[in-house]
Amino acid sequence: MTANVIPLPNMAILVNAATRVICQGITGSAGAFHTKACLEYGTKMVGGVTPGKGGTKDANGLPVFNTVREAVASTGASATMIFVPPPFSGDAIMEAADAGIRTVVAITEGIPVLDMVKAKAFLQAYPDTTLIGPNCPGIITPGACKIGIMPGYIHTPPGKAKAGKTVGIISRSGTLTYEAVWQCTQRGIGQTTCVGIGGDPVKGLNFIELLRLFNDDPATDSIIMIGEIGGSDEEAAARFIQANVRKPVVAFIAGRTAPPGRRMGHAGAIISGSEGTADSKIRALREAGAKVCDSPAALGSALAAALGIAG
Amino acid sequence: MKIHEYQARELLTATGVAFLPSQVARSIDEAVEGYRKLGISSCVVKAQVYAGGRGKAGFVKLVKTEQEVRDAAKFMLGNRMVSVQTGPEGVPVTVIMITPAVEIAKEYYISITVDRSKNTATLIASAEGGVEIEEVAKKTPEKIIKVPLHPTMGLLPFMAGDIAARLGFEGALARDAAKLVTALGKAFYKYDASLAEINPLVLTKEGKLLALDAKVNVDDNASFRHRDVEAMGDESQEKPLDVRARKANLNYIALDGTIGCLVNGAGLAMATMDIIKLHGAEPANFLDVGGSVTADGAVEAFRIILSDAKVKGVLVNIFGGIAKCDLIAEALVQAGQQVGFKLPVVVRLEGTNVQRAREILAAAKGALPTLVIADDLEDAARKVVAAVKKAA
Repeated sequence: MTANVIPLPNMAILVNAATRVICQGITGSAGAFHTKACLEYGTKMVGGVTPGKGGTKDANGLPVFNTVREAVASTGASATMIFVPPPFSGDAIMEAADAGIRTVVAITEGIPVLDMVKAKAFLQAYPDTTLIGPNCPGIITPGACKIGIMPGYIHTPPGKAKAGKTVGIISRSGTLTYEAVWQCTQRGIGQTTCVGIGGDPVKGLNFIELLRLFNDDPATDSIIMIGEIGGSDEEAAARFIQANVRKPVVAFIAGRTAPPGRRMGHAGAIISGSEGTADSKIRALREAGAKVCDSPAALGSALAAALGIAG
Repeated sequence: MKIHEYQARELLTATGVAFLPSQVARSIDEAVEGYRKLGISSCVVKAQVYAGGRGKAGFVKLVKTEQEVRDAAKFMLGNRMVSVQTGPEGVPVTVIMITPAVEIAKEYYISITVDRSKNTATLIASAEGGVEIEEVAKKTPEKIIKVPLHPTMGLLPFMAGDIAARLGFEGALARDAAKLVTALGKAFYKYDASLAEINPLVLTKEGKLLALDAKVNVDDNASFRHRDVEAMGDESQEKPLDVRARKANLNYIALDGTIGCLVNGAGLAMATMDIIKLHGAEPANFLDVGGSVTADGAVEAFRIILSDAKVKGVLVNIFGGIAKCDLIAEALVQAGQQVGFKLPVVVRLEGTNVQRAREILAAAKGALPTLVIADDLEDAARKVVAAVKKAA
C-alpha cells in the first residue's frame, strides 16, 4: 500500500465478502460463463440450480441442484443470480424468495411484463427478500462480491481508492453503469457498491430504496445516479433527494436526444403526465440539489469536483 | 407487437367486446362485395395502417353508394397514407375495413396498460372521448378515471361496476358498460397486452354502447406465448431497415443525422446519441446490439448502418459486460472486409475481453485504413464528429 492510499472501512450495502451465492440457470451458456467470472472475481459462489441436473457438478466443480430449496439447505446460500430463460424467470424469482434467499439478482432480459407484475405481488409476502432487476447487470461490492455480468476489473474497492473518497452507484442502464464506474476508477474514487436496477417497467429495487441505503451507509461519501427517459422514477427520486439525502449526488439522464413518442403510447403518456421526458427529470434533479451532467463523459470529473478532489 | 385495427377487433370480439359487423378488403372488388354483404347503405371505409391521424389524412371515408365504396377503395388501396404520425414517406395501405356508420350521441375512452409506478395494470377511462385524450389528461386531469387492477386477480367485477358508474352510466347501460370493461380486461391479460384500447367507445343515438375503434399491442417479451398474434404482424407497415434489424435481434431506430451509432445497451446507446449532439453533430440512428449479440448479428448491424445513405461516419461504442469486446472487434473486421469501410469508423471498446479485442483491431488496422481507435467516450465523440466535419 502506498503512502497516499487512505484505508477506509470496507462497508457496503446488500452484499459483502461473506455472501454465499448460487446461480439459477448455472448450466446454460450465460449462467456458466458468468458463474466462472464471479468465482474468479472472488465471489463466494457455492452452487447452482438447473431442474433435472441435480446431483451433477458444473465446470467449476460446484454442486448443481434441482431446486433452490435443496441448494439453500445444502450450501447456506443467501443470494442468487438468475440466468433462467425469460418464460421461466418469473417463477425462478418466486422460487428463490420462497426458499429463503435474501438477495435475488435477476439478470435475464425479456421477461413478460405481466409475469413480473405477478412475481412482484408474490414478493410482498417475503419482506426479507430483496429483488434486484430483472434485465440488469447485477450488483457488485468491489473487492468483495460480484453478482452479475459487469466486468470486474473496472471497479475499485474503497480500500484501494487513491483519492481516498468513495461513491455508491445506482443505474437503470447496464453499460452506462460501467461507464460511470470506469470514470470514477480513473480518478481514484472507490466504489462501495454499484447496483444496476434494470430497465424493465416492473422491477425490484428502485432509486429511492438505494438512495436511502447509500445515504445511511457511513462508508459511502457520494452517490452517482443514472436514469433515462420514460416513467417517473427519476422525478420521485429527486423528491427523495431533496428531502433526505445529505451526500453529494451526481446524475445523468440518458435520452435527451431521443425522438419523442417512440417508446410510449397514449396510455403511457397519460399515466406519467408531464413527467417522463429528459428535461423533466433533469429539472427535478437540479432543483433537488443534484449535479446533473450534460455529457455522460463528465460523470467522473463532476463527482471529483463535488468531492473536492483536484484533477 | 403491433397489429391492425381489424385484427384487434377480432381479438376483442373473442372476449366479448361489442362491435358492429365489419368486412375486410384487399381489392376494390372485395370492398364492393363486403359492402353488399353488410347490406347497410351508410358505411365507413377505414384504411388499415400502423399509424394514427387517418381521419385528417382522408383515409377514413363515409360512403353511401357502391360507387363511393369503389372510389374510396381505389383512393386508399395501393396508396400511401401521410399523416402527422407517419413522417413524409407515409405508410402503405394494402387492407381496408368497411363497417356501418353510426350516429353518435356521446364518445368515451377506455384503455388498459401497465402503470410502472404501481407495478400493476391500470384501467384508464374518460367520459371525454373523441378528442385528444392526452389533452384531456393535461388540462382536466379530474376527468380521467384511473383504476389499478389487482396484480394477480386482474379486473374484478366491482371495479367494472365502479368504472361504469363513474363514467355516468345507469341502468341497463351501466350493465353493458361493465360487461364491455370486463371483456377488455379479459383480452388484456389473455394476450399479454402492453396496451388494449377502445377509442372511442360510443353511445349511439339509439342508446346502444359500441366500440368503434380498437388497438391491441402485445408485449414483445411475451411473443413466445402468442405466436398466432405474432403471425398477424404486417411487415409492410415497418421501414425495411427496421424489419432487417428486428430479424437480427437488434434494437434499431432510424434518425435524421449523419453519424451512425453501434452500441451495446439501450442506456449507453442513448447516451452516445446525446454526446454526439453535444459535440455539434446529429446521430443517424439508435442501435443497441444487446448483450447476447452473435458475430452474424454484429455484422448485420454494420451493414444496416452503412446502408443508410445519410451516414457519413460511424461511432462504435462497446462497454463489454455480457457482450464481449473481441466478438464485436471480429465482426467489425469481418464487416469491413465484406462491405468495405469508405467512411471513418471510430471505435471505442472497454470491458469484457477488451485486451483480445484491441489485438484483433491492431492486426486489422492495415486492411481497414478508415478505422480510428478512441481512448474513451469523450475522445470517441470528438474524433467521429471531427472526421465527419472534415469529410463534409
